[in-house]
Amino acid sequence: MKRVAIAAAFFAALLAGWQLLVMRGGFSPVLLPAPLDVALYLQDAWRDGSLTTATAVTGRRLLLGYALGVAIGLPVGLLSATRPFVQDTIGILALGLQTLPSVCWIPLALLWFGQTEGAMLFVVVMGTVWSVIIATETGARNIPPSYARAARTMGSEGFHKWTRVILPASLPYLISGMKQGWAFAWRSLMAAEIYVTILTGFGLGHLLHYGRELNAMDQVIGIMLTIVAIGLLADKALFAPWERFLHRRWGTGAP
Amino acid sequence: MPGLSGMTGALAIAGVSKRFKTKATTVQALDNVSLAAAPGEFVCLLGPSGCGKSTLLDIIAGLTAPDTGTVFADGEPVKGPGRHRLVMFQDSALFPWLTVFGNVMFGLKLVPDLTSARRTEIAMEHLRMVGLEGFARSNIHELSGGMRQRVAFARAMAPDPRILLMDEPLSALDALTREQLYADIQRIWMARRKTILLVTHNVREALCLADRVVLMSASPGRIQEVFAVDLPRPRDVNGLDVAEMAGRIMTALRVHLAPGTAR
Ligand SMILES: Nc1ncnc2c1ncn2[C@@H]1O[C@H](COP(=O)(O)OP(=O)(O)OP(=O)(O)O)[C@@H](O)[C@H]1O
Ligand SMILES: [Mg+2]
Repeated sequence: MKRVAIAAAFFAALLAGWQLLVMRGGFSPVLLPAPLDVALYLQDAWRDGSLTTATAVTGRRLLLGYALGVAIGLPVGLLSATRPFVQDTIGILALGLQTLPSVCWIPLALLWFGQTEGAMLFVVVMGTVWSVIIATETGARNIPPSYARAARTMGSEGFHKWTRVILPASLPYLISGMKQGWAFAWRSLMAAEIYVTILTGFGLGHLLHYGRELNAMDQVIGIMLTIVAIGLLADKALFAPWERFLHRRWGTGAP
Repeated sequence: MPGLSGMTGALAIAGVSKRFKTKATTVQALDNVSLAAAPGEFVCLLGPSGCGKSTLLDIIAGLTAPDTGTVFADGEPVKGPGRHRLVMFQDSALFPWLTVFGNVMFGLKLVPDLTSARRTEIAMEHLRMVGLEGFARSNIHELSGGMRQRVAFARAMAPDPRILLMDEPLSALDALTREQLYADIQRIWMARRKTILLVTHNVREALCLADRVVLMSASPGRIQEVFAVDLPRPRDVNGLDVAEMAGRIMTALRVHLAPGTAR
């Protein structure tokens, strides 16, 4: 309860400081809108549906690309941890490409897919998949060998061993890898939406882009706040339950 | 193929050798080791570090293949791991992502032809047996070292294996906890009569538990001497009879270890 109060006070102070700065004057409203203007924009955008539509468009792209990235990354990471052939090929590729900022995929995506949903998806998948591969591989490699040995003596082999032992045993690494993958996916999608105009749907990145073109700073800041809020929300909704599970079972990490 | 008395759990190790080659050296971990255990017999393997005790247990479990020789479990040659030969490890190897109950259920779920109600019943029975029925919902990290080994014991016993292989299961525990577990293991073994092969460095531990103590020597790993232990049960590690026999075995150990190894 005390921590909630501290957090609330901190953000209230932040808003108050912002408001004071605006009231002191000297800043053009084009560069620094008042908090109330931003709130009004968000309210309007919510009412006319542009905010909800954009959020839905962005959310769909993100979830689809992320899910695809994880669906590819998990098995490839597991294979890479156990098959020297996969490690020497895809493993090294992943290690290299993971260091590439995901924005760098955008020119390639545009050339290959044009201004389409495919380009968006490609960028998000490329942002996600490499870090998921690396995290899964690291996780599977760091499992105490006695887990697999104990499981095998009890009759757990093949698919059962992979899904009931190797995968859960590498969970601490997997969760941090999937979290990192999520952060990369989110960043790369925003970059893609700001750079790539496509007609099949305006996402939050597009609203941000047009806010700048129209010198509508209340829109820019409003969308930025929305993006931050979605990021926080996703973290709490997607990963907090898993982190609580880790904490409960392994007795490690923050509560 | 069941054993002579109709009981299962007969174990025969016939001329097993295993050599490990690494970049640095080649180690003859086991050299022509032969040993038999009758159904329901409790055998302790005793020997200096590096004499191949863990390697032998791995081979019996089917986790490692021998270079030559064969292990027969109830007359069948061992070709790989199987749930009739379960292993208890020094570090418990309990799965942290499962509760205590989930750990005991892991092996049980792989036993065919059991209803899920029956599995739950068996799991709880075994937790009761090791005195941990109140901890079924606990997480592994919340248990003490001694409790963990009790859970590992329950997990290994629950699927009703014919042979139980224990690799220094108690060596990481303090003396008092260990003494309690000697009592538990004896009580449970007398009730269930599993064939048990237990590896230890502790002579008195071996004498407290075993029907026979097998003394091994290192490089190459060989069976040096076998002692039958005819002391009445239940035994007390601190008992006079155990102490007296421990003295004799220690003498034999020193004789075998004297050339070469200065331990
Ligand atoms: N996977 C392996 N690769 C190479 N050498 C090995 C391997 N496993 C065991 N060895 C060697 O084989 C010998 C026997 O090892 P083992 O673990 O069976 O000994 P141990 O009797 O169990 O010893 P301790 O009492 O210390 O546990 C040792 O010299 C060890 O170095
Ligand atoms: Mg050993």
